[in-house]
Amino acid sequence: MSSKKAGVLFQDTPEQKQKLEEIIASHKGQPGALMPVLQQAQDVYGYLPYEVQATIAEGLDIPLEEVYGVVTFYAQFSLYPKGQYKISVCLGTACYVKGSGDIYDKLQQKLGIKGGECTPDGKFSLDACRCIGACGLAPVMTVNDEVYGKLLPDDIDDILAKYGV
Amino acid sequence: MEMVNLKVNNIPVSVAPGTTVLEAARQAGVQIPTLCYLKDINEIGACRICVVEVKGARGLVTACVYPVTEGMEVFTNTKKVRDARRGNLELLLSCHDKNCLACVKSGQCEFQKLCKDYGVEDVDAFKGERIQYEIDDSAPHMIRDNNKCILCRRCAAVCRKWQDVGVIGANERGFNTNISCAFETPLGETSCVSCGQCIVACPTGALSEKDQTKEVWDALADPEKVVLVQTAPATRVTIGEAFGMPIGTNAEGKMVAALRRLGFAKVFDTNFAADLTIMEEANELVERIQNGGALPMITSCSPGWIKYCEHYFPEFIPNLSTCKSPQQMFGAVAKTWYAKQIGVDPKNIVMVSIMPCTAKKFEVGRDNESAAGVPDVDIALTTRELARMIETAGLDFTSLPDEDYDAPLGIDTGAGLIFGATGGVMEAALRTAADWLTGGNASGDALVYSDVRGTEGIKEATYTIGDLTLKVAVCSGLANAKKVLRAVKEGKADYQFIEIMACPGGCVNGGGQPFQPASVRNFVDLKALRAKALYNTDATMELRKSHENPAIKKLYEEFLEKPGSHVAHEVLHTSYVARPKY
Repeated sequence: MSSKKAGVLFQDTPEQKQKLEEIIASHKGQPGALMPVLQQAQDVYGYLPYEVQATIAEGLDIPLEEVYGVVTFYAQFSLYPKGQYKISVCLGTACYVKGSGDIYDKLQQKLGIKGGECTPDGKFSLDACRCIGACGLAPVMTVNDEVYGKLLPDDIDDILAKYGV
Repeated sequence: MEMVNLKVNNIPVSVAPGTTVLEAARQAGVQIPTLCYLKDINEIGACRICVVEVKGARGLVTACVYPVTEGMEVFTNTKKVRDARRGNLELLLSCHDKNCLACVKSGQCEFQKLCKDYGVEDVDAFKGERIQYEIDDSAPHMIRDNNKCILCRRCAAVCRKWQDVGVIGANERGFNTNISCAFETPLGETSCVSCGQCIVACPTGALSEKDQTKEVWDALADPEKVVLVQTAPATRVTIGEAFGMPIGTNAEGKMVAALRRLGFAKVFDTNFAADLTIMEEANELVERIQNGGALPMITSCSPGWIKYCEHYFPEFIPNLSTCKSPQQMFGAVAKTWYAKQIGVDPKNIVMVSIMPCTAKKFEVGRDNESAAGVPDVDIALTTRELARMIETAGLDFTSLPDEDYDAPLGIDTGAGLIFGATGGVMEAALRTAADWLTGGNASGDALVYSDVRGTEGIKEATYTIGDLTLKVAVCSGLANAKKVLRAVKEGKADYQFIEIMACPGGCVNGGGQPFQPASVRNFVDLKALRAKALYNTDATMELRKSHENPAIKKLYEEFLEKPGSHVAHEVLHTSYVARPKY
C-alpha cells in the first residue's frame, strides 16, 4: 500500500498560514463548516495538501479521514498543485472518438502521474478537460496556453522534449 | 401519546409517531432484512435491501429510514419486493470477491445469507469492470480486504460515532468509492486504536482479525515448547454463542475442557491476573492520593484505550496507571515465578491468551512488556479464533464436560471475573480498597457497587471509604472517554479515579467477540446480556475480593513481597509513549 501523503514538497508562507487559521476560526463550531473552510483554504493555497487538511481537521475537531473523504468526493477540490507546465487533454466527445484517451494514457505513463496529479518536481501537472472548441483539430491538448492538435500518441515524446523531459 | 395505526402484511399494529417501517414491522412480528442498517449508528438507507411496498407510494421505500403514517399499508413480501431485493444483491455481487469457500466469514456472512435467502442463482448476473484492491495487512491486529466490501459504511460509523476515532471512511465517489484511511495511508500507520469494533460491525469478510491460529497449532505441535493458555474474563460468557448457545451463557467449564483437548499444557485464567491488577492498582491509587501523585488515576487494562490516550490525549499519560494489563501481568508472572516453579526456561514457554479483544494483538508487541527478557505474551487470540480452533479440532463444544482451571494461576475471585464488564474494574478496586482502608471485611450486598454497574457510557459516583472520599467515573466507548477527559481538562470534573474501556459496554462487547448479525444487534442489548452472565456468576462465588485470592497471597509471599514493591514494579508495571495523531 502506498500513501498519497508525500506529493510535491509543501511550503507555505506565514501569510497563508495565518489566513488559514482565520478561515478555520471564523467557521469553527458551525454546522457544515467543512465545505466553506475547504473552499476558502483552496483559494489560499491553490490545492489541499496533507498539511492543510490536517490543520483543518485539528481546527474543526473532526477526523482527518472525514476531511479527506469530502476532498476526494468533490471534483472541485485538488490534492495536488498545478505544475509550471499545466497539461490539459480534451476528453470531450470529438477528441475522444479521435483517440484522445490514448494521448491521455501516454502522458500519464510518460510523466509517471495520474490525471489530477503533479510531478514531484512541480514541473508538470496533468488534467483531463472538456471541449475547448477546437474540434477541427481533434484530438487536442494544451500546455499552458499552447495548443497541440491532430495528435498521435507518438507525438507526445517530441512535445514533452520541448519542455525539458 | 397519540399512536399511529398501520397495517403490515395486513396485520394491524399501533406504534409511536416517528417509528420507522422497519421497527413497526417488527412489532407486528414481521422481519424485514437489512444490510447497511445499524440502529442509532448507521441509518442511511444505502443498501436498499430493506425495500418494501407502501400502498400509494411511487416506488419501493427503504423501511429502515421511512417513518410510519396513519393508515399506512405496508407489504414486505411481494414479488416486486423480492425481485428488487434479489436485483440489489446481484448488483452488490458484481463488485464482490466471491471466494466464499475460503472466506473467514463464510457461514456467518450477512451478505451470503441474504443471497441464499433471496435465491440469487447467477452470481455473475451483472458481470463488468471491477477494481482490484490491495489487501491492507499493515496493522498488527486486522486485515482489510476491500474486494469483499459492499460499502455499507457500518465500520466507518462505529469508528466515528462510538469511538470518535474515525480513521476509516468512504473516499472518492461513484464507482471509485472505497473505504480507506485519509490519503490512502495503510491502517497500521494511522492513529487506529485497534479496538476491532469495525470488524464486529462488518456484515461481510472485508474486515477480519489477523488470524494467528496457525502459529498456535505449530507451537502445540512443537515438543520443545510448553504452551500455556490464559482466558480473559469476558470470553467465557461469549464463546458459547459461536456454537449456538444462547447469548449470556457462561460456558467457562466447556471452554476449559476444550482448551485442554486442544493440547495446552496448562489452562489458566486471566481472572487471576485481574486480581493481581487490583492489588497493584489499588495500592497505586492510595499512594498517589497520599503522596500527591497525578490524579485522576486512569485504569490501564484496555489496550485500545491506552493507544487512544497515546494518540489523542498524550497529556493524560502521567494519569495512566503504570500497571500492565491483566493479560500482560499474567504472562509476566507465568514466565518469571511460574517458570521457576516448573523448572522451565521462559524461552521455551509459549504464552497464548484468549481475549475478547483485537487490541491485545497490538499490546503483546508493546515495549517494556518483557519481564523475563522475552515477551510476556506470545500470541493473543480472539474468542473467534478459539472457536475456529475448536471447530478445526472437531470438538462438539456443547457436549463437552465442565472442567476446572489448573492451579495455581487458574484460581480466581468474582472481583477478577467482573473485569469483563464496564464498571467491573472499578467495583473490584472498591471492594479491596474498602477492606484495606476500613480494616473491615465486607460481604454480601456490601460488595455490590450498583452505581458503577450497567451499560451506560458514562457513570459517576462518590464513595466514602474510611476517611477517604472518592469521586469516580466509569466510561466505555472512546467517544464517551473523550467527553470525560475534556471535562477533566477543562476543570469541570474532579475525579480521583476513572475506569475507561475502549469498547462500549467493556470487554463483553469487545472487537474480538463472536459475531452477531445486525438482525440480532439491532434489537438485543448484547453487552447487557453478556455482562449479566458475569455478575450472576460473581454473586454465586465464594471468593469475591481480589485480596482474598489464596494464590495471589502466596504469590506475594513467595515472590512479589508486597503491592508496589521493587520486584512488583519490575515485573508488573510498564510505561507509555506519546504517539502522533496524524
